[in-house]
Amino acid sequence: MGLSKQKKLEMFGKMVKIRFFEERIVDLYARGLVPGLAHLYIGEEAVAVGACANLRDDDYITSTHRGHGHVIAKGGDVRSMMAELFGKTTGYCKGKGGSMHIADVNIGILGANGIAGGGLPIAVGAGLSAKYRKTDQVTICFFGDGASNNGTFHESLNLAAVHGLPVIFTCENNQYGISTAQKTHQTIKDVSVRSTAYDIPGVTVDGNDVMAVYEAINEAVQRARSGKGPSLVECKTYRWRGHHEGDPNLGERYRSREDIKPWIEKCPITRFEKLLLKEKVLTQAKIDGIKEAGKKEIDEAVEFANNSSFPKHEEIYQDVFQEEMGGSR
Amino acid sequence: MREISYAQAINEALRENMRRNSRIILMGEDIGRYGGIFQVTAGLLDEFGPERVIDTPISESGFVGTCVGAAMTGLHPVAEVMFIDFTTCAMDMIVNQMAKMHYMSGGRGKVPFVLRTNIGAGRGAAAQHSQSFHSFFMHIPGLKVATPATPYDAKGLMNTALADENPVMFIEHKKLFITKGHVPEEAYAIPFGKADIKREGTDITIVATHALVQKSLNVAEEMSREGVEIEVLDPRTITPLDKEAILNSVKKTGKLITADEGCLTGGFGSEVAAIVAQEAFDYLEAPIMRVGSPDTPVPFSPPLEQFYIPDEGSIKDAVSRILAYQ
Repeated sequence: MGLSKQKKLEMFGKMVKIRFFEERIVDLYARGLVPGLAHLYIGEEAVAVGACANLRDDDYITSTHRGHGHVIAKGGDVRSMMAELFGKTTGYCKGKGGSMHIADVNIGILGANGIAGGGLPIAVGAGLSAKYRKTDQVTICFFGDGASNNGTFHESLNLAAVHGLPVIFTCENNQYGISTAQKTHQTIKDVSVRSTAYDIPGVTVDGNDVMAVYEAINEAVQRARSGKGPSLVECKTYRWRGHHEGDPNLGERYRSREDIKPWIEKCPITRFEKLLLKEKVLTQAKIDGIKEAGKKEIDEAVEFANNSSFPKHEEIYQDVFQEEMGGSR
Repeated sequence: MREISYAQAINEALRENMRRNSRIILMGEDIGRYGGIFQVTAGLLDEFGPERVIDTPISESGFVGTCVGAAMTGLHPVAEVMFIDFTTCAMDMIVNQMAKMHYMSGGRGKVPFVLRTNIGAGRGAAAQHSQSFHSFFMHIPGLKVATPATPYDAKGLMNTALADENPVMFIEHKKLFITKGHVPEEAYAIPFGKADIKREGTDITIVATHALVQKSLNVAEEMSREGVEIEVLDPRTITPLDKEAILNSVKKTGKLITADEGCLTGGFGSEVAAIVAQEAFDYLEAPIMRVGSPDTPVPFSPPLEQFYIPDEGSIKDAVSRILAYQ
């Protein structure tokens, strides 16, 4: 795949930025600065970055409860994200949505989503709208292996197939729905086989290999842009942290350190780094520079969030409706 | 003025808006070729084609969610959910996505989307095709809820719904579809949150919705002959609710009856009663009476179903109890 050096560097930079963002949340959550539920994406960075590297600003994504990686990969601003996680007015959602509801429609991010499977029909709607408006915009719909058992998965793939919509259903199979392992929640090994039921293409790729993800999604995006309809791409990966911060992470309840260890050895960032060094796209000095820049950007985001204000009580009534008629008082 | 039916009035509003606004598309089960189970979308497929009038698979969650996504990306979809009972199959899409998107995103995402559905027992369709739980949607911040009672209101409210950039639950009444009334041919809009005093009176206020508006008017005519002047107030939208009009009416009459086809417990009437008790207590001269359906599923057997549906008799009973109070 003839990706430019610049493009590969951008992808690497985004993976690093996601990792640093999430690692910082681990610390901020532990110190009580980030309240609520933070579902971290550490270990899955290749999926979001490999997929979104195929998109334009005017293409859409729908994301999940584990959405920070998707938002950064689609071009989201880490300062607005961090401020949102702190619950500050300068956040993406003015502090009203938090981690699970970050949206930026201007760059096609139709929202993370707190409901497993909630984003799938919305992605179909974005696809329907693009087709109706006769644009060649595509939508990448991220969801997990767990959501592939939800009724919305079936309804959405069926609707998108029936109408030939430009949607790339991208299953991040991280092998767990909270504590429930894939083998106990479905009898199939590859979620992609379900594409057969809708007569659309389905493929499974190594979700820790960013180039493999890029290529599989690229083919699906090309199909979608040229009016040939939806695809299902399954990316097999692994979540290093608990379901969310505060979840007994190293998981004696449902997985052991030994289960996690080989996946840490398969780190998607280290793997891409080695490839880029081998291809002489990167030098060690350049890697250090990218990491330094990533760290600095996160530092600045934390500082921005820290210095921002919490919303005032009266703001609770704003944004219930478009013209802000407010909730009932 | 010409008379058309409630179903035709909605059809006309959809047609006129679709002619003016290419962002509007329709989605639903059997709305195209079949014209909708109640013929509300009859003829629209012929005029606007299958790209705008979309027959969907039986996938309430799928097509309601599709409308949310289409609304967020530039369209103004109208979904038909065949019976309100079936909205339960799409409840996540309605409650968690459609209603909350604007708020959760801090105003970044908007969902201009009209979801049409209908309530009402009386067709022998039993418990899963007949319930009237429109007031459920009052309980979900972020949704506007329109409840037209006449063909005139149906067209005017639909025009407003399609000019609104917020999600609207447009709750029709299946027994009203064939009722006829005066409807202007030209476009007109009925603002949301503005009640209509369907009949003025000085002695008792009835806040009525849907089919109980006409039934209340019938009772009011009858009582007028006995010297009791009943005011019938139709809120027309239950969110936003015209509290001011309700309070003003109760301040005038000192007596309140609510008449709504939902089950009594936790229903629209309960909310209105609570508002009045809280904000106009000093004006009340008698206990508030609620007319509604019993707290049971809708039964099938015709005598039971007829007993279930609140009617003129139920309203008259409430009136006599109020009048008996000294």
